[in-house]
Amino acid sequence: MLLREGLTGLLSRFGHEVAAAVGDAEALVAAVAAHAPDIVVTDVRMPPGFQDEGLHAAVRLRRERPGLPVLVLSQYVQRAYAGDLLDSGDGTGVGYLLKDRVGQVEEFVDALDEVAGGGTVVDPEVVRQLLRRRRDPLARLSPREREVLALVAEGRSNGAIARALVVSEAAVGKHIGSILTKLDLPPADGTHRRVLAVLAFLRA
Amino acid sequence: MTVWRALGGRGYLGSAWPWRAAAFLASGALLGAVVLVVLVSGAVVGGALTVVLLGLPLLVLTALTGIPVAAVERRRLRLAGVGRVPAGQHRVPGRPGLASWLTTRLRETATWRELAYAVLLGLVLWPLDALAVLAAVGLPLSMAAAPVLVAADGEAKVAKLFVVDSGPAACAVAALGLVLLAAGAYALGAVAGVRAELARALLGARDGDSERVTELVRSRARLVDAFEAERRRIERDLHDGAQQRLVALTMTLGLARLDAPPGPLADQLAKAHGQAGQALAELRELIHGIHPKVLADYGLHAALADAADRSPVPVDLGLELPGRLPGPVETAAYFAVCEALANVARHSGASRAWVRGGYAGGRLVLQVRDDGRGGADPRAGSGLTGLADRVSVLDGTLSLSSPPGGPTLLRVEIPCRPTDPDARCA
Repeated sequence: MLLREGLTGLLSRFGHEVAAAVGDAEALVAAVAAHAPDIVVTDVRMPPGFQDEGLHAAVRLRRERPGLPVLVLSQYVQRAYAGDLLDSGDGTGVGYLLKDRVGQVEEFVDALDEVAGGGTVVDPEVVRQLLRRRRDPLARLSPREREVLALVAEGRSNGAIARALVVSEAAVGKHIGSILTKLDLPPADGTHRRVLAVLAFLRA
Repeated sequence: MTVWRALGGRGYLGSAWPWRAAAFLASGALLGAVVLVVLVSGAVVGGALTVVLLGLPLLVLTALTGIPVAAVERRRLRLAGVGRVPAGQHRVPGRPGLASWLTTRLRETATWRELAYAVLLGLVLWPLDALAVLAAVGLPLSMAAAPVLVAADGEAKVAKLFVVDSGPAACAVAALGLVLLAAGAYALGAVAGVRAELARALLGARDGDSERVTELVRSRARLVDAFEAERRRIERDLHDGAQQRLVALTMTLGLARLDAPPGPLADQLAKAHGQAGQALAELRELIHGIHPKVLADYGLHAALADAADRSPVPVDLGLELPGRLPGPVETAAYFAVCEALANVARHSGASRAWVRGGYAGGRLVLQVRDDGRGGADPRAGSGLTGLADRVSVLDGTLSLSSPPGGPTLLRVEIPCRPTDPDARCA
């Protein structure tokens, strides 16, 4: 409730129009049908059961309306939840963030725009959990390539990655090319391949 | 209704009770004689063969005779009207297999108490049973048969003492025999009553104890359940209350920072923003430790994968689990593995840990092993002891092997049934 109001205020302030703000999963599905929004932002935990209704609603919405961007906020980041969400479509236009991130208002709005534009954004915390595991196929990547892939998973552009790692954009491009090759990803169009790389990363 | 009560009631002689008492004592005599033969031959032959080691298994077998004897006795007690005698004093062996069954049986007092009863039955009780039946039934019957014998043989011996050879005398003896038979029926009832009470006291013994133990076990289970419910409630309250407010606070502070002109105010705001974010992160860890959401939503497999991800020591996870298991089982197993992994990270000095788990034969089995220095003492920290209690409430076992030099192996076994074999399993 508190959070919903705060989020509505935040989004309005950054020039987004909030079509509807609802309190439970049923109302969410109804509101999406009524307003056909550009993006849905939902909490994993929702009334009435306070289990993972929000996540189920998000997965259902994605199945019913392929391509509808959904950003899921969660109090805990878990690979299990991320997996369910990413499997609900082709992996584009999906975001999964720790609820804390809304406090980093500008970054949060950036992530929101990224997801609305068809990108994939995964919380750095999930990425950190994944990096602690050393399993194939990620074992084939060099430490630098893992770093780059982690940033790609967070939804950053090549330019942003270059700035974060203090290297040239061309170097980032080269790393990404090498990551895609090592993960046996087919040479298709650029954005989609990035998404595939993130998915490979999450499922590793 | 026991034979004792029946004795005091009307129509005892016409009821089935005298017959039941006689059957109880006669079968007791028969059983006792068999027990005597088995015990004596077992002990003698077993003792003699001990020299060549063959006798030891025979002696062990003899020591176990009390168990079937007690079982038969408990059934026989129904003849005397003694209701069901609880036989729940034997413990359930920790794991399947003959060896485990044998060690459990030989270590518990119930086995030895039952053997003591078998010895008592074989040496003392059965001759008394037989005597009672002979005196109360045999003698009166032989007296009642006197006229027939006199008519046939010309004389009859009463109790091998008196010789009766005339018709009238034989009839008098027969009448006396019938009176004695009636009196013997009462005597039989009384003896059977005493005998049954004795058997019940020895075999069904510790009635009060076993009831108290059952109640204690139940109340312990209730406590663990209540504890579990309380944890979930605290987790929910923190999540829906404090955590939401903190998120809203960081959001407000984040927005305020956007509006603040550069300067001391903006710096203070940035500091407050950072602190609120830190509080949020700490609260999240705290809530996760109280009751992890992923365990409730996705079950043991996903929760253990998460625990393995979080462990500072690399963990190799291999689980073969059938969907979801009952909530208390998942919780106990999860926290046991978490505690083990925490100990691996804190004390073992290990560079790797392995978590293996499976479900077979109605039991969930989990093992946590590391390549550390070993020497872990389960009594040193209350963590493992508390977890062992939690596991034992579910009739499970938790064992730790940690020789100096390693490796440390923790094993948890909990009997259970999958609740939903098709449940999603991430």
